Amino acid sequence: MHHEFDGIVEINNQLPRWWTILFYVCIVWALFYLALYPGLGNWHGLWNWKSSNQGILSLEESRKAVELAKQNNEIVQYDREVAFAQETFGPIFDAYAKRPIEELARDPEALKVGQRLFSQNCSQCHGSDARGQRGFPNLTDNDWLYGGTPDKIVETLTNGRKAAMPAWLPSMGELGIKELVAYALSLSGRKVDQDLADAGKAKFVVCAACHGQDGKGNHAFGAPNLTDNIWLYGGSEMTVTETLNYGRNGVMPSFKNTLGDQKIHLVAAYVYSLSQDK
Amino acid sequence: MSEMTQAHPEYNYKVIRQFAVMTVVWGIVGMGIGVLIAAQLYWPALNFDTPWLTFSRLRPLHTNAVIFAFGGCALFATSYYVVQRTSQVRLFSDKLASFTFWGWQLVILLAAITLPMGITSSKEYAELEWPIDILIALVWIAYIINFFGTVAIRRVSHIYVANWFFGAFMITVAILHIGNNMAIPVSFTKSYSIYAGAVDAMMQWWYGHNAVGFFLTAGFLGMMYYFVPKQAGRPVYSYRLSVVHFWALISLYIWAGPHHLHYTALPDWTQSLGMVMSVILFVPSWGGMINGIMTLSGAWHKLRSDPILRFLIVSLSFYGMSTFEGPMMAIKTVNALSHYTDWTIGHVHSGALGWVAMVSIGSIYHLIPVLFNQSRMYSIKLINVHFWLATIGVVLYIVAMWLSGVLQGLMWRAVNADGTLTYSFIEALEASKPFYFVRFLGGVFVVTGMLIMAYNCYRTITAPKGSLEAIPEPQAA
Repeated sequence: MHHEFDGIVEINNQLPRWWTILFYVCIVWALFYLALYPGLGNWHGLWNWKSSNQGILSLEESRKAVELAKQNNEIVQYDREVAFAQETFGPIFDAYAKRPIEELARDPEALKVGQRLFSQNCSQCHGSDARGQRGFPNLTDNDWLYGGTPDKIVETLTNGRKAAMPAWLPSMGELGIKELVAYALSLSGRKVDQDLADAGKAKFVVCAACHGQDGKGNHAFGAPNLTDNIWLYGGSEMTVTETLNYGRNGVMPSFKNTLGDQKIHLVAAYVYSLSQDK
Repeated sequence: MSEMTQAHPEYNYKVIRQFAVMTVVWGIVGMGIGVLIAAQLYWPALNFDTPWLTFSRLRPLHTNAVIFAFGGCALFATSYYVVQRTSQVRLFSDKLASFTFWGWQLVILLAAITLPMGITSSKEYAELEWPIDILIALVWIAYIINFFGTVAIRRVSHIYVANWFFGAFMITVAILHIGNNMAIPVSFTKSYSIYAGAVDAMMQWWYGHNAVGFFLTAGFLGMMYYFVPKQAGRPVYSYRLSVVHFWALISLYIWAGPHHLHYTALPDWTQSLGMVMSVILFVPSWGGMINGIMTLSGAWHKLRSDPILRFLIVSLSFYGMSTFEGPMMAIKTVNALSHYTDWTIGHVHSGALGWVAMVSIGSIYHLIPVLFNQSRMYSIKLINVHFWLATIGVVLYIVAMWLSGVLQGLMWRAVNADGTLTYSFIEALEASKPFYFVRFLGGVFVVTGMLIMAYNCYRTITAPKGSLEAIPEPQAA
């Protein structure tokens, strides 16, 4: 056999033996693998192995699937890893769970655990130093939207929070907003046009429903204290006007299902400790 | 090699000249943007707070420019050249050839405008929106008709192995492109995929991995099968091996996509099957490398004096390395460490810069003198400088990404005695920072080499016809 193309000749050496052997070895290995593991449609594999309970949509379903897999003697890799973690690390968290948050907040070892959990789960919004950013509260300044007692912190972490500041532009009009802004800024001692502020004070009665008559806020609604010069969305006249015009919607997610009670307990201790020397 | 100095009057070299020159141009643009975004990862201020200058918009432009503009032009140029030379016949249609050139340049131009504007279908390597996708499909079908038309009217009895690979690449890319980009338009610049959820992900990576397998591998193997034996002046090592590895390669590659979706919502059986096929794939891949490198037997001494051959052979070494690394990374246990880390980026670049770019560069250095009636490139020394810049650049790049990637993988999974993660994400990112500088440096080496190539090509093209005479080959020691 002799081929020639544009001066290129092809010769016909044997396939390298090691290469052919390697090919056969790979194919044989593949057959074994596909016999042991799922790989061929509905064939579950001789080892009855699964990576996880695929297709579950809730924690409830997950718990049921874990039980079912146990009954059917299936190897579910994820379940096994979770069980292993539970077995290995469970006792550590059990021990912490028995101690009150106030006490853990003074225990450097407990705080280390809490801090790590915080940096993996909370720092994305609240920052790695927990000092927050625009729209996400600073957790170190002892100024609390929903209360800073251990119980309240646990409640916030467990259930999450939804804050709603309504938009006032439609009902108050531009002038009304201007007056309210002047009054709101005057509450924290800022220099404002006194006439505007006086007019705003009269309208503030609507705001007082959440922020209180004295503007000091209300933990029940997560309404911020307007007198302390700490601003969640910024304290410039422009930003406060924007807040009043269009409202704000703050969301803190619930960590009940992702972290669980015991880890929330430790995160709460860490967060609580941050403002204890203030 | 004297027979190549005369342009065969019968062949259409015009379209090849156009694509060859644009290969160099888009190479510089695509790799230049790569260096810019590598710099942005080290100095984020280089985003200049300008939306269209941010990493998120320029990264798809970089990948599209190097794969489809640089790689695409190189494939068009070499496939049109090889199919004519090995079929001993002019291209089937000059009009279609011209349409593919201008159509492809228009696609690239539209990509360069729409991607920085943030117009994207958000499918990796298939970001372009539906009107551009339709244009691509039209150009591609014209390309297929022209290529297979030329093969059909060939004046030799057999179809050369390079053309099998080019043919497989064209047909499969057409199927992949049309299959994955099926979408329902809601406006001229926005469409939604007709697939949903895990099916969409599977379609995307069936496309994505075979963009690697057929666009970046089969096509470039076609290139290799012509330019390596031609440049070495040696016969192809084994016809038999080329038959076996061709069929094994194209029948296995198409299954490998799911390894991009290990430990996701993709059904377990699909993941396992993808992994198995990816691992076996290692053997036919090496078949191509063996056939290329063994073609050099009896001519190893030429590597000492011929930097073009050095480009081609080193590209095959990188091909062999990447196609060993890839199957290893497709193994679930390894993937658990490597996935989502810089290791993947390093792997892609050892393939893209080491294999694809180097084999293209070698081929273009071979082509430019032939296309412009010269016996050699303007400066062999500059080709050598380019070779070393490219090699050092690629090595810096992939070693930096290996280190950074493995470090990330290990830091992400490290746990304390209490089961909490040892490092937060930002700590792993900080640990990668020095490697991001090395990666940027590697990129600068590669782009500098491309600029030298552009200069060398410019001097070769503008030199008086026939003025660059071949340097006599040194005798074997």
